[in-house]
Amino acid sequence: MGLELYLDLLSQPCRSIYIFARTNNIPFEFKHVELFKDSVLGKKPAAAASGAERPRTGPSNSEGAGKISLLKKVPALKDGDFTLAECTAILLYLSRKYNTPDHWYPSDIKKRAQVDEYLSWHHANIRANAPKTMWIKVLIPLFTGQPLPSEKLQEVMEGLSASLKQFEERFLQDKAFIIGSEISLADLVAIVELMQPVGVGCDIFEDRPRLMEWRKRVEEAVGKELFFQAHEMILNVKELSNIQIDPQLKEHLAPVLMKMLK
Amino acid sequence: MGLELYLDLLSQPCRAVYLFARCNNIPFEFKRVELMKGERGWEGAAAPRRQRAGGSCPEFRKVNVLMKVPALRDGSFTLAESVAILMYLARKFKTPDHWYPSDLQKQARVDEYLSWQQAHIRGKGSKLFLSKVLIPLLAGQPLPPEKVESATEELNVVLNQFEEKFLQGKPFIVGNDISLADLVALVELMQPVASGYDLFEERPQLAEWRRRVEEAVGKQLFQEAHEEILNAKNVTADKIAPELREHFKQQLLKQVN
Repeated sequence: MGLELYLDLLSQPCRSIYIFARTNNIPFEFKHVELFKDSVLGKKPAAAASGAERPRTGPSNSEGAGKISLLKKVPALKDGDFTLAECTAILLYLSRKYNTPDHWYPSDIKKRAQVDEYLSWHHANIRANAPKTMWIKVLIPLFTGQPLPSEKLQEVMEGLSASLKQFEERFLQDKAFIIGSEISLADLVAIVELMQPVGVGCDIFEDRPRLMEWRKRVEEAVGKELFFQAHEMILNVKELSNIQIDPQLKEHLAPVLMKMLK
Repeated sequence: MGLELYLDLLSQPCRAVYLFARCNNIPFEFKRVELMKGERGWEGAAAPRRQRAGGSCPEFRKVNVLMKVPALRDGSFTLAESVAILMYLARKFKTPDHWYPSDLQKQARVDEYLSWQQAHIRGKGSKLFLSKVLIPLLAGQPLPPEKVESATEELNVVLNQFEEKFLQGKPFIVGNDISLADLVALVELMQPVASGYDLFEERPQLAEWRRRVEEAVGKQLFQEAHEEILNAKNVTADKIAPELREHFKQQLLKQVN
């Protein structure tokens, strides 16, 4: 049994891993996890646990993912007996094991440090805000039946704007890519995150020409077709609104989601 | 000019960098930054007024435009983010392999922990410290007990995960030797300890691990690095720059709510 990657392409970290593996021709078995069908963000709802509702799709990959990724369902990697969670860890493992081209995670210790620095900063900044746009515009209304709270959205967009400003001024600056003239893991991790708000109709690239140019370069570097294939789901996320959500699930999750709003 | 490390030992990531450099005998100039006084790292002078607030907790990062500590300057090369700094030091000074093993799978385990811990051990440990010490200090009164209780509960959830998923009864997180993962984990756990919550008391596995980590780093060095934070409860409000007090208070309250 070869390399298995447990992924749901609605999730940003999953997309970065998917694109990285595909663009580097790393052979793997795609284990599709559908977070919103089998469980929500890796938490099995109480209703399902009591046997009230069986997942719609037969034996699910989320169980497989759940067994190996003890803390979060996706992304998760299984390589023989070795299992791994956490996006950064997975990306680095793949780059090392498959000896991907140096520019992804340069052997020059200063350039490498700059990738590490970005990946660390990204977690607390871009990743803190960008995903919330999806929660607020799509998921929360979907699960709670309540309309989207526009002041909350504004708050999130403001936070995101502040992070984007730093991103441009401190990390990207006038370079082609974050650490210079070639794409690295830093750019990949950044771009998939920034596509999340785009998917829900908050086009953050619209008034930011420098960011837009960078995005184009990243798309070309990984391959436009692959990029769009990876983003197909999130760019059609409004389809999610048509999913029939089990009413018990809705009831169980609504208070949790409302809490998340705060 | 050699290596400079800009640090405030009240901050967990700073302690990790400090301990790592010292116990590996990496020569550096200690540039002391006092966040409470409104000082910043080497970029402080150039920063716009809006960015003046300092702070050592992850929640604070959201409002603080750029975390100024820890920061490294090596000639003209500058670097922020503790994990990036630790790895840079490990590579540049070729520290013993166990810190960041060259074995693919062990290395991945260290990466996995360092990534997970940000939102979990670091997040919840800081939150408890904020709730028990920093906010009451700035607000002049304690937070409602339910807030402290809920922060304590959240910390316990991640402590359980830490013991069950990462430590798993092993001597160290990645097996038989200390690594960056253990160092980063322990300095973070000392933050809630410094707030008066002895999380090691009812967790013997964790207490044993702590002893091992302290020994591996050097007990005296470890105590020295933690002296300030362990006296944090004795800090009085007058030690905090007045213009920062109100600003800090508002930002911190937002983060725990």
